[in-house]
Amino acid sequence: MTSPENAGTSPETTGSTPEKPRRRRMTGVGRVLVIVYAILAVGAFGRSLVQIIERFDKAPLAFTLSALSAVVYIVATLALVFAGSKIWYRVAWVTISFEMAGVLVIGTLSVIRPELFPEATVWSFYGMGYVFVPLVLPFLGMWWLVKHPPLDDGARSTDVAGTVAR
Amino acid sequence: MILWFTYILVAIAALGGVLCVVLGLAGRRPSDLSVGILGLLELGLIAQVVISIIAPFAGNPPTGSLLEFWVYLVTAVLIPPAAVVWALLERSRWSTVIMGIAALAVAVMVWRMQVIWTVQGS
Repeated sequence: MTSPENAGTSPETTGSTPEKPRRRRMTGVGRVLVIVYAILAVGAFGRSLVQIIERFDKAPLAFTLSALSAVVYIVATLALVFAGSKIWYRVAWVTISFEMAGVLVIGTLSVIRPELFPEATVWSFYGMGYVFVPLVLPFLGMWWLVKHPPLDDGARSTDVAGTVAR
Repeated sequence: MILWFTYILVAIAALGGVLCVVLGLAGRRPSDLSVGILGLLELGLIAQVVISIIAPFAGNPPTGSLLEFWVYLVTAVLIPPAAVVWALLERSRWSTVIMGIAALAVAVMVWRMQVIWTVQGS
């Protein structure tokens, strides 16, 4: 809804900038965020794969959560890469919010009701097994999303706003 | 696994990783040095694959889960090339940081592999 940095300039002037027609790619710090997400996603995926193949019966709840979180991390990574488009931007918000809820809820549960989780998940003790990266990452992800709303969306929503305003 | 080789791998990954992160934060773009560190690390990981295939037949079997070990190893082998490709799509200081973080992740994973191979806690 809000156009980001160039809110002051009128929409017509943006046509003069040379790289305007190109789709915006991920640049700068955002790319670092993506690699951290990707490594966490692959790590969580591999771990849950092993847990489920080898000993699913021992801790069904913990391992199901591991698998679910792994899938969410993978989708979130992709969504961040393609967050320039409107749909992926939404997907990014949903998955990252889910992660934040997961690490807070499961982290708290693992502290007050440890018997529910006989084996560790990514989110146990607020992601301690992963150096608390799972706790920090959603906040960084949301910060990045807030800072970088999709370009297409910005252009289209101003059009829509214009038509509606008439 | 062979302990001294693990030490070498972890040292390359950890020191190289810290170096890349520092270089990146200092504003350096990817150079022969930073890309070379990742290349060296990848060579070491491939050597580790060979060692891990031979070791059980040479009287050095893993005490932990072989499946878990190989999931870690395969993931670790894939990380440096993927990180270099992702880093070099756009050459900036952040590309160097990306390679550093990838190397640090590999350091953790190699150490974890050593633990799976030798120590059985739970």
